[in-house]
Amino acid sequence: MPVAASAIYFLNLRGDVLINRLYRDDVGGNMVDAFRTHIMQTKELGTCPVRQIGGCSFFYMRISNVYIVIVVSSNANVACAFKFVVEAVALFKSYFGGAFDEDAIRNNFVLIYELLDEIMDFGYPQNLSPEILKLYITQEGVRSPFSSKPTDKPVPNATLQVTGAVGWRREGLVYKKNEVFLDIVESVNLLMSSKGSVLRCDVTGKILMKCFLSGMPDLKLGLNDKIGLEKESQLKSRPTKSGKTIELDDVTFHQCVNLTRFNSEKTVSFVPPDGEFELMNSRKYYTVLYFLGGCISFNFLVPDCLSERFRYRITEGVNLPFRVLPTIKELGRTRMEVNVKVKSVFGAKMFALGVVIKIPVPKQTAKTSFQVTSGRAKYNPAIDCLVWKIRKFPGQTEPTMSAEIELISTMAEKKSWTRPPIQMEFQVPMFTASGLRVRFLKVWEKSGYNTVEWVRYITKAGSYEIRC
Amino acid sequence: MSGHDSKYFSTTKKGEIPELKEELNSQYKDKRKDAVKKVIAAMTVGKDVSSLFTDVVNCMQTENLELKKLVYLYLINYAKSQPDLAILAVNTFVKDSQDPNPLIRALAVRTMGCIRVDKITEYLCDPLQRCLKDDDPYVRKTAAICVAKLYDINAELVEDRGFLESLKDLISDNNPMVVANAVAALAEIQENSSGPIFEISSHTLSKLLTALNECTEWGQVFILDALSRYKAADAREAENIVERVTPRLQHANCAVVLSAVKMILQQMELITSTDVVRNLCKKMAPPLVTLLSAEPEIQYVALRNINLIVQRRPTILAHEIKVFFCKYNDPIYVKMEKLEIMIKLASDRNIDQVLLEFKEYATEVDVDFVRKAVRAIGRCAIKLERAAERCISVLLELIKIKVNYVVQEAIIVIKDIFRRYPNTYESIIATLCESLDTLDEPEAKASMIWIIGEYAERIDNADELLESFLESFPEEPAQVQLQLLTATVKLFLKKPTEGPQQMIQTRDQLPIFICTCTVFKHSSQSVVTNTNSCLQVVLNNATVETDNPDLRDRAYIYWRLLSTDPEAAKDVVLAEKPVITDDSNQLDSSLLDELLANIATLSSVYHKPPEAFVTRVKTTAPKTEDDDYPNGIDTGYSDTPTHVADGGTSPQTSSSSAPYPAGRQPAPPPAAPAPAAPVPDLLGDLIGLDNSAIVPVDRPEPAPAAPLPVVLPASTGQGLQISAQLTRQDGQVLYSMLFENNTQIPLDGFMIQFNKNSFGLAAAGPLQVPQLQPGTSARTLLPMVLFQNVSGGAPSSLLQVAVKNNQQPVWYFNDKVSLHVFFTEDGRMERGSFLETWRSLPDSNEVLKDLPGIVVSNVEATLDRLAASNMFFIAKRKHANQDVFYFSAKIPRGIPFLIELTTVIGNPGVKCAIKTPNPEMAPLFFEAIESLLKA
Repeated sequence: MPVAASAIYFLNLRGDVLINRLYRDDVGGNMVDAFRTHIMQTKELGTCPVRQIGGCSFFYMRISNVYIVIVVSSNANVACAFKFVVEAVALFKSYFGGAFDEDAIRNNFVLIYELLDEIMDFGYPQNLSPEILKLYITQEGVRSPFSSKPTDKPVPNATLQVTGAVGWRREGLVYKKNEVFLDIVESVNLLMSSKGSVLRCDVTGKILMKCFLSGMPDLKLGLNDKIGLEKESQLKSRPTKSGKTIELDDVTFHQCVNLTRFNSEKTVSFVPPDGEFELMNSRKYYTVLYFLGGCISFNFLVPDCLSERFRYRITEGVNLPFRVLPTIKELGRTRMEVNVKVKSVFGAKMFALGVVIKIPVPKQTAKTSFQVTSGRAKYNPAIDCLVWKIRKFPGQTEPTMSAEIELISTMAEKKSWTRPPIQMEFQVPMFTASGLRVRFLKVWEKSGYNTVEWVRYITKAGSYEIRC
Repeated sequence: MSGHDSKYFSTTKKGEIPELKEELNSQYKDKRKDAVKKVIAAMTVGKDVSSLFTDVVNCMQTENLELKKLVYLYLINYAKSQPDLAILAVNTFVKDSQDPNPLIRALAVRTMGCIRVDKITEYLCDPLQRCLKDDDPYVRKTAAICVAKLYDINAELVEDRGFLESLKDLISDNNPMVVANAVAALAEIQENSSGPIFEISSHTLSKLLTALNECTEWGQVFILDALSRYKAADAREAENIVERVTPRLQHANCAVVLSAVKMILQQMELITSTDVVRNLCKKMAPPLVTLLSAEPEIQYVALRNINLIVQRRPTILAHEIKVFFCKYNDPIYVKMEKLEIMIKLASDRNIDQVLLEFKEYATEVDVDFVRKAVRAIGRCAIKLERAAERCISVLLELIKIKVNYVVQEAIIVIKDIFRRYPNTYESIIATLCESLDTLDEPEAKASMIWIIGEYAERIDNADELLESFLESFPEEPAQVQLQLLTATVKLFLKKPTEGPQQMIQTRDQLPIFICTCTVFKHSSQSVVTNTNSCLQVVLNNATVETDNPDLRDRAYIYWRLLSTDPEAAKDVVLAEKPVITDDSNQLDSSLLDELLANIATLSSVYHKPPEAFVTRVKTTAPKTEDDDYPNGIDTGYSDTPTHVADGGTSPQTSSSSAPYPAGRQPAPPPAAPAPAAPVPDLLGDLIGLDNSAIVPVDRPEPAPAAPLPVVLPASTGQGLQISAQLTRQDGQVLYSMLFENNTQIPLDGFMIQFNKNSFGLAAAGPLQVPQLQPGTSARTLLPMVLFQNVSGGAPSSLLQVAVKNNQQPVWYFNDKVSLHVFFTEDGRMERGSFLETWRSLPDSNEVLKDLPGIVVSNVEATLDRLAASNMFFIAKRKHANQDVFYFSAKIPRGIPFLIELTTVIGNPGVKCAIKTPNPEMAPLFFEAIESLLKA
């Protein structure tokens, strides 16, 4: 059964109910007490996100200082339930302007009730897309699209939008300046052994797009990925240009993409419906033709917010932006010496921002002294780490940090210190760890206007861990 | 953009409710709206604002959509407690369901469906009928779900009013979301009904697969889940289906991906072409891996499912083991699951890398995780013969760290490795013995002792080592005592001549001992003359100074064996033990099938079939065999059952509390023939059993008259009609039966036989029915006994009966056992003991159920009726407007039921909570109480 929830509760960290909604009758209203006494008040919290108590099962997630708990009594679809929570939180955030916490819930409880009523019916998730819900569930609430008040702006096909029966294109949009913004955001996950060999490494990337285009543009996007390039070379019967090609392990698309045709023909196109569509004031919908490496194309809904259209994952041939070379020596029982060298292996003209390196030290650290060639380092006892921050980190450099640590000698400490891994945070603009490049982004429109295309790349650290 | 609703939570002075009342009746719209918001805020924090019902409902007729929604929300919460007043809202609902605004039409229908008050439901039908045919898809998609809601409240009404047909029509709707919701509603209705309501034909299938493309992500989940029940006709159809579903694997929504995987795996069973299968496996890997970059909770769900998937199709992720390496910051539940999958994927090719990882994990902080990592090394050693040596050397390295729990865990797994590879790695025993003093956990101690006993001949100072444990023998847990006993006997058999002389003084105890135990007088004397004192101490302790029957019995068996025939003892105790095997794919194949059919659901996360945790009773008879499934995925190795006498020497590995490890225990004796095919089994029983139960009919006995339910209609029984029911009279369970002969011939020689059932009900005496002339009838009361032929499995109310006579073939019919006939007369509990029992039972033994249709109008009469059925009233209290009653009842073998009934007198809906040591009886209990309350 694809039922995702019988009831949903939002609790604060003390366990008070901030808001709740019962969708089905098969769980009692007091089930949340069971959650409080059996999960929140015990050590069980955090051991497993799916728990059974009595005849009910609880799925819970913590988001900032709020627990979101879903209660069911049937064999519900857990994947659906968790995804629903994730999407619902994203929806609330987009309504509240970014924040989702206890205060935001209290301040918007009427709106949340309204949304909860709309996004789930009898435990079945309905439409959770913010772009569409904002058509008819508005902040002010009074602006009903069908209200007879003349001041209201009518959104006559809101219900059609919700049910997905209407295409996403309208005619007659005009922009003075036609622009497309394309962001390629990658995060590198790395797990490196103490000997410097890579245990696991992958890059997950997403392509975000924002369009301000007039009329009915077709977009084609060419990437340097392998399948795309091979297809292209077959089509044009010429060998692939030398240069790096990228193998994408997995690609997932946003809801709007017609997956069946993408799979079968590698050409996904969509014929926009030709019915009459009312002009919608605050929304902008375009047809976009996406063209992957030559022969994958599809078109999709582009709202005027930066939205994610495309996700991919790469495990082969990852360019690691940083190498970390730690040496940690325990000198006797009360002293330690830590030397860390960080090498930036991207181009010399580029630089990384917000580099933070966290080097774990034992709990009984008493005194630390540092020498760094760049940035600033300090000891943070709250997380038992030496934190070395470098605001701007140019490419092809290798700053070092050496620290001396004095430990309080303890009698009881028989167990040797288990060294947690070094963790790193960074952002490298204009660099992709996957090597993915946009080869072209072309926009065609029958009026033949010129478009300005902006492409940005950024690579961030996902979980970048080096064992030591 | 954030709102400022928090001000509504601020409490005013004392007279809050009157103040709100005043504001709700204000003439100003804004003030009314604010007041409703305050009411909702109060409702949210748990205050009872039901007294404002009329005033809030008065605000319902408004143009303002937001206000309307708030009033509706209030209604959903309080209509049940004020059913009479809820009728006030009906008019507005009906009016709203015809509003020109589709949002309001949908809202009205959606809300009406959520209000489970009969009076409202009556009025829902007409608007629902209209809305199912509405022009606006938004209204239709809401109405589709509403049919499922209505079915939940009143199934008959849905069937009578033809809503099911309208719903089926919606499958062909041109709007994809309407289709998806209709499919969801139909699938749910099907799930709760026994009849065929939503059968997927190949035509529907192709229609739905087409709709899949246009649906919202959630709609895709509904459709895929519904279609996964479809059984393709042949391999070609299966391939076609799979081809149309595979694109879903690329979806960004994890629920869509998992549902697609489920459907593909289902169809793959039919596909014969290995190329196609290989190709599909290849396609499924990347999306499954991608799920691991989602939120940790989603990762957990994905990992639990992957665990199942790799058991069925190990090739899918065979090359992806690296993605399951744990990140330092992964939550513990993700790490544990990853570890489990790493063990499953470990192979000769990747074992080195895997071992390095496990070793790394074994030095982490979280103790449970470290233990599991150590255990994982052992399990790899057992799984991969060629890697065993490397695994052992890693374990030895870990032992050298001298972290207490690592050492203990390592010893436990090394014992298993010895079992798996006998006589191969004994050289490491010396290293193990070094850590002897650090052992303080029973399982580790027991394992070490087992090792010493098993290899006594190779350990020079085995006797000394064992002796060191003997000092604390009486204080040790049973597990350790059993191992000590067996190890000592082994030592004695292997090295009879040796024995620590300093122990001789314990002989002093022997004379007393011999006197106390005359049965074994002879044997003990022979022990005196032949054995060393180490053994005497153990046998003495184990036979006289313990209350543990297992230990005592085992000691006696050894003792007798040793005294009668030491050679036989050797054969038995030192018998070759069956080699244990890897059990990382330990789920039973049929269970695995069922779990794979439930991918993405709770069932796949718990690794239990849905029946094992869903208490809702379906209209169909529950299956009986489900509870026999092993449910633990975390159990370690399983031993094949060993010889009786050596039972204790077989290492009890992971779950020490269970008598057998739950993993691969052989299926319990097939006691319960599946109810689906009762005929041959029952016939066999009928003929094969000794005739204590089958007896000719001779003495007729008059019985009190009461209408009995017909169990065998005349149409089925070729003119013989049987009505029967279990009753209880004067502490005796009776089967009250009425035979009616509508045939043309006299019938005689009636005999009756009961199939094995959950309660072991059987006839206590012969069936006494006289010869039945055509057109006459006879009543009889058949005394019954309990616990004769108890079937295994989950308790079921099914009672299968066979009746025969000299003229006709054997008739089989099913009857339902109502649990209340077993409630014994001594079930009354004192208040104090009730409270104590209630507290002493863990909360997991509490089961809740709502009985929505039941009205308690007359408390006295109800209590009397319950008392007449041996359900004893204990106490009553008032909670808000609800009355809470406490009862106790007891069924044979002294199983108590503590019952709490919560209801509003005169209103439908009774909430029943029970606590009992046997919660698996709960569904039966609820059936019984429902019928008792209805009566």
